[in-house]
Amino acid sequence: MAQKLLVLVGTRKGAFVLESDAGRRSWALRGPFCETWPMNHVVADQTTGTIYGGGGNEWFGPAIWKSTDFGASWTHSSDGLAYAAGETPIKSVWSVAPAGGSLYAGVEPAGLFRSDDAGQSWRHVAGLRDHPTRPDWQPGGAGLILHSLVPHPTDERKIWVAISAAGVFHTADGGETWEPRNQGTRADFLPAGENYPEFGQCVHCLVMAPGMEDRLYQQNHCGMYRSDDGGRRWESIEAGLPSSFGFPAAVHPRDPATLYLLPLNGDTAGRYVPEARAAVWRTRDGGESWRALRDGLPQQNAFFGVLRQAMATDRLDPAGIYFGTSTGALYASADEGDSWNCIAQHLPTICSVETLVVDG
Amino acid sequence: MSTDSPPVLVTLPAVLVKLFPGCGRQVDVSAACVGEAMDVLNSRWPGMRDRLCDSTPSIRRHINVFVDGERATLATPLGPGAEVIVLTAISGG
Repeated sequence: MAQKLLVLVGTRKGAFVLESDAGRRSWALRGPFCETWPMNHVVADQTTGTIYGGGGNEWFGPAIWKSTDFGASWTHSSDGLAYAAGETPIKSVWSVAPAGGSLYAGVEPAGLFRSDDAGQSWRHVAGLRDHPTRPDWQPGGAGLILHSLVPHPTDERKIWVAISAAGVFHTADGGETWEPRNQGTRADFLPAGENYPEFGQCVHCLVMAPGMEDRLYQQNHCGMYRSDDGGRRWESIEAGLPSSFGFPAAVHPRDPATLYLLPLNGDTAGRYVPEARAAVWRTRDGGESWRALRDGLPQQNAFFGVLRQAMATDRLDPAGIYFGTSTGALYASADEGDSWNCIAQHLPTICSVETLVVDG
Repeated sequence: MSTDSPPVLVTLPAVLVKLFPGCGRQVDVSAACVGEAMDVLNSRWPGMRDRLCDSTPSIRRHINVFVDGERATLATPLGPGAEVIVLTAISGG
């Protein structure tokens, strides 16, 4: 069956779509879309093929864009995407996640919204902001943002979210009640003895292993972690990596033990790739050991970072993996990370990368 | 909005109009204040109020509304024949 692959790219100045066939050797770029609005996350519903883009415009506020024709045309809506009068207004949308027949959106300041009509209208999932810890949530460098949305693949009542810098929270009742799930993750910005709090960690990215719903991975401001019990307890997996700092994490489409990270040189050291040599780091054993993947990536004078939602895999076999840089370059591997090519450059700062396989 | 609200002319920025197919740069509305004018615009082009106003509620920080040459708020009254100009402020990077 003929397949085509779309790589969906959210940037500071609009959304872009790259398209290839299953061989993933040549690529065609389209865009910018969404009227060059800053797009924090562009992602597809893998079931319907509908593309959603979450962002916020300095003039016109937050909205979720939608395309039902693979990016050829777009509409936008923010109907219901608002807090009550008097609260700090929503600045932008940071993450979008299709879940069953619904759609979730994470926003800044941190909160969760749900749509049951494919993004036409939204309602606040108020239970998260009703959590008693909320008055003490502190913003990270990008603001108080809900940036990672991880719905359970079959149980629609269960959702994990990650908020910078409040930590990971989980609901098992569709969003009515939430509990922090941060035990074992460090907060190096707190004094010794207080640096493993119940909440307040600066989680940068949260992902779920395929076919293993209790296995989560996270890239944190302060380390890399794996949980095998749905986030109740986290174990450090940073040994063997060149730093404990980075933003994105991407899972393999089929192997729950394979994870890709892109460590940066440190939060106060410039936040670019270590030694200015780019590498994606891959584990095949759940984080016990790591291998640097550098073939085809720049190995000198590479002073870029990669943002928290800017790395993704596709579901082809062998799996493709993609990351976009703060300097507007998009790198792709069609062999699970063993070798890389630059498939776009000179784009605006890349905020997110996602994929969509279209069966023809 | 009362049915005898005065007629006013609203001029919208081109970058906003692009978001709402069918909307022109200049729109005649009947409204007694800027907030009512926003309601009329939103009734004709659903979602337009969200682009111009936040949930405070107030005019968005980087949107400027002038009524007869004076900087306005949602509460600014509109007299018959008032000229309302919506502009995008300097922002971005």
